[in-house]
Amino acid sequence: MILFILRRLLLAIPIMIGVALVCFSLVHLAPGDPLVSVLPPDASADLQKQLRTLYGFDRSLPEQFVGWISRAVTGDLGTSIASSRPVTAEVMKAVKNTLILAAFATMIGFFFGSLFGFVAGYFRDTFVDKAASFLSVMGVSVPHYWLGMVLVIVFSAQLGWLPATGMGSGGSANWAWDWEHMQHLILPAITMSVIPMGIIARTVRALVADILSQEFVVGLRAKGLTDVDVFRHVVKNVAPTALAVMGLQLGYLLGGSILIETVFAWPGTGFLLNSAIFQRDLPLLQGTILVLAIFFVLLNVLVDILQTTLDPRITRG
Amino acid sequence: MNTFSIATAEKNVLAVEQSPGYWSGVFRRFSEDRIALFAGFVVLILVVLALFGPWLVPADPYQSSMLKRLKPIGTEGFPLGTDELGRDMLSRLMIGARLSLFMGITPVLFAFAIGATLGIIAGHAGGWINSIIMRTIDVFYAFPSVLLAIALSGALGAGIGNALLSLTLVFVPPICRVAESVTSQIRGRDFVEAARASGANAFAIIRVHVLGNVLGPIFVYSTSLIAVSMILASGLSFLGLGVKPPEPEWGLMLNTLRTAIYTQPWVAALPGLMIFITSMSFNMLSDGLRSAMDVKQ
Repeated sequence: MILFILRRLLLAIPIMIGVALVCFSLVHLAPGDPLVSVLPPDASADLQKQLRTLYGFDRSLPEQFVGWISRAVTGDLGTSIASSRPVTAEVMKAVKNTLILAAFATMIGFFFGSLFGFVAGYFRDTFVDKAASFLSVMGVSVPHYWLGMVLVIVFSAQLGWLPATGMGSGGSANWAWDWEHMQHLILPAITMSVIPMGIIARTVRALVADILSQEFVVGLRAKGLTDVDVFRHVVKNVAPTALAVMGLQLGYLLGGSILIETVFAWPGTGFLLNSAIFQRDLPLLQGTILVLAIFFVLLNVLVDILQTTLDPRITRG
Repeated sequence: MNTFSIATAEKNVLAVEQSPGYWSGVFRRFSEDRIALFAGFVVLILVVLALFGPWLVPADPYQSSMLKRLKPIGTEGFPLGTDELGRDMLSRLMIGARLSLFMGITPVLFAFAIGATLGIIAGHAGGWINSIIMRTIDVFYAFPSVLLAIALSGALGAGIGNALLSLTLVFVPPICRVAESVTSQIRGRDFVEAARASGANAFAIIRVHVLGNVLGPIFVYSTSLIAVSMILASGLSFLGLGVKPPEPEWGLMLNTLRTAIYTQPWVAALPGLMIFITSMSFNMLSDGLRSAMDVKQ
């Protein structure tokens, strides 16, 4: 088992190097001078040269890459051009906020997704199945940034029940798990949860329908097991795949939160990315994307390992 | 979602080669699927709007008026109200179909061409060619799709061309994976073996034996990406990374109307409803296409 985990981690290393290369190239894909946002228009040639050296833009590309990646490994992602603060600190603060949102959304999505999926799979081809399947298609089809807007219109602008933006008084620094702060989480988390809900419902429905048609279920029924006992067997068989899908969805939400965070002004990685893009703060852009992508790769590895542990049918190799 | 779709695509491979009157069967099953037909009808209307929008609109979609800003739905002369610059919403939504559909469908078409080519080459060649192509694809797969699209277009800067380029890059990896998977399945089958034994070269085998068997499943899989692409493309414009004002595009309209959610909320929500309807229709159409092409159901 330990060997399997090590092997799986080793396999992720070339991917991570590739990911780092893509993140690095992003800055050099960008048209124009990366320093343009900090340089005053009348900067002297001397000052320009000084700044260029400071940010390392005067060296050759391979040199810059090796320097950047070896510093990144030690946790130093450089300095933000716009705020002059270290990128790593900025990103980690934002990652925490996004993680709160994404984890909450994944849980909501997993709960309702499994519920709809089980109901649809159990009552296949009935009206209930059609209704649940329709809901899950809606979940994957809805532009979530629009759904967020609609929820704000209904629950904040019209009814005035919930706050529309932000993370509560004091921002993310004062975050606490009490109602005063939690109420800010509700709308963005519901908005975010529709995507995993739809996908998990679709997956679970297909799995349940497939398992119920297998011979061992007929066998269990013939043996005289009650529906509850049969249900327990079905859950056992669905769980590994459903959990794996949930894990991957968490990763997608972590990386894909930018639109929702923009709508709700949630101070997470997406919000950071948005400001990095529009202030043309390339080190910050590069660093945020790298951290999110590495998170995603590691999460994939973790899901793989967990799935293998949970499901004895998958061979380790 | 992806492994699930690859599995379905593989099932389709087996289905495709089994029945002689395959396409008539597909057509019959599809025409009996009422949901898919309805979705197809909606898509047809949107395509007509996109193609003939300029001749169908009731008012000039660019004509702004400071006096008639943010009129509610049902105002005389403006059935769906007016936007923040006093332009007719109905006309802008109708003509918006043009850019929105273009931005949503084009990346999938490009990605289909590139991804299918790469995937078929990788799947058919195997060996080190396969390794080079697929390991490169793996790296792009390591990014969540929304993040990759926004990172690329964020770095490249706003604009239609850059948005199309980044979205294409987002959809090449999944299509390539499906193409590789179905092609390497076909490669091991007896009739390909037989063609190779009788001296056909790789190009002829791909053209005669492989393409006909793999293009269908790859195509069906690609159609399921159009809905995602619509949402992402409008999302880029919503962030200010895609289409630039004053062009009418649903995502951009949603963005500029965001400030109006306290004054004219339902007018502000309309462009998003269009995106929703469109992506939902494409999803249902693609689902119908998939079950029509899968003989097992």
